[in-house]
Amino acid sequence: MSRFTGRKKKKMQAVSTASLPDIVFMLLFFFMVTTVMREQDLLVDIVKPEASELQRLEKKSLVDYINIGKPYDTRLGTEPVIQLDDALAPVTDIQDWIEANREERAEFERPKIVTSLKVDEEVKMKIVTDVKQELRHAQSLKINYSSRERDRTQ
Amino acid sequence: MARRELQEINAGSMADIAFLLLIFFLVTTTMDQDKGILRQLPPIIEDEVIEKEAFKRNVYEVLVNANDDLLVEGEEMDIDELKDGAIEFLTNSGVFSDEYVDENLTERIWVRRAAVVDAISTLKAQLAADPENKTVDGKLKSQQAKLDAIDFFGEYKELGPSAVISLQNDMGTSYNMYIQVQNELTSAINQLRDELTMKRFNKTYLELDDKIEEDRRIIMAVRKVYPQRISEAEPKEIGI
Repeated sequence: MSRFTGRKKKKMQAVSTASLPDIVFMLLFFFMVTTVMREQDLLVDIVKPEASELQRLEKKSLVDYINIGKPYDTRLGTEPVIQLDDALAPVTDIQDWIEANREERAEFERPKIVTSLKVDEEVKMKIVTDVKQELRHAQSLKINYSSRERDRTQ
Repeated sequence: MARRELQEINAGSMADIAFLLLIFFLVTTTMDQDKGILRQLPPIIEDEVIEKEAFKRNVYEVLVNANDDLLVEGEEMDIDELKDGAIEFLTNSGVFSDEYVDENLTERIWVRRAAVVDAISTLKAQLAADPENKTVDGKLKSQQAKLDAIDFFGEYKELGPSAVISLQNDMGTSYNMYIQVQNELTSAINQLRDELTMKRFNKTYLELDDKIEEDRRIIMAVRKVYPQRISEAEPKEIGI
C-alpha cells in the first residue's frame, strides 16, 4: 500500500523552459514571413456584399484596389467617393492611375493585372458603372468584385 | 595580469523580447485573402457594331430597377428564384438528349464527333500553311476543347451562338443587389458545371486547378458545354 510514500516528500521536477525561446522564435518567424503590412489606410467605410461564387485572387502583387464607399471624414458629406491608393480621387483619375500602375509592373506580367473593386454594399450602381467605364477605356478589363463568403443558395 | 573571464550575457530576457515581437506581428498580420467574383469587362469598340439579331427565345433578360426589384423575361421575380430560372434557361432544350425541340426553348445545336474531327484536320492544315495565324490557332484550340468535351461527357448540344443571359441594371440599383444577381447567375452556371465534373471526375468545377494540364483540359471542355455568357448592357435610367 505504501510503496511510494517514501518518495512523497520529493519536490516535483520543474519543466525545463529552455526551449521556450526557440518555440517563440519559430512562431515569430512564421508571422514575420506571412505578414503583409496593411498597404493602405481606408478612408471610406466599406461593408462588402456577401456572395457564394468566389474565386481567390492568385497573385497579390498583381492586384490593384479601388475602394468605393462613404467617406469617414464627415466633412466630405455622405455621398460615396473613390479611394485610389492613399487618397480620394475623382473618377477621371482612374485612367492615369491604371496607366501608372501598369508602368510599375514587368511587361510580361501586365496582361495579368486584376483590378479589385471593394465597394460598400449600399452604394448605388451609378458610381460603380462610371468606374467600370473608365476601366474599359483604360483597357484594364479584368476585374474582381470583392465579397465576403457565404453558402450557395439552394 | 590575469585576464578576467568574459562574462556571459544573460539570455533570460531573450524570450521576453521575442514575445514582444511576436505579439506585434500577431496584431499587425492581416491574413485577408482577397476573394471575389471575377469578371472580364468587354473592350470598348469605337466603331458602331451592327447588333446581331438575337431571337427572343435565346435571350434570358434580367432587369433590375432602382428599387432593387427584379424583372426576368418580362415577369417580376424573387431573387431566390433567379438561379432556377437561369438553369431552366440553359438546359430546357436538353444538353445530352434530344428531349424536344420547341420553338420557344433555348437554341442548342448538336456537336458531333465526326464534324469536330473534320474541322480539326482542316484547321491543322491551314495552320501548317500559315503558322503565325492567331485566329486559326484560336479556332483550333476551341475545336480541340470540343473534342475533349465529347471524350469526357459524350456528344452534347452546344448553346446557340446568340444565346446569352442579358443583365441590365439601373443607375440607382444598389451594389448589393447587383452582386446578388451576378452571384445567382454565376451560381447557376457553376452548379451545372459541378454536376458535369462531379459525375465524371468526382470534383467540383472550382476544385479543378488550371495550372495542371489535365485539369485545364477539363475546364476548357466544361466551358464548351456550359459557357458563361453573361452580357451586361450599358446601364440606363429605367426608373421604376
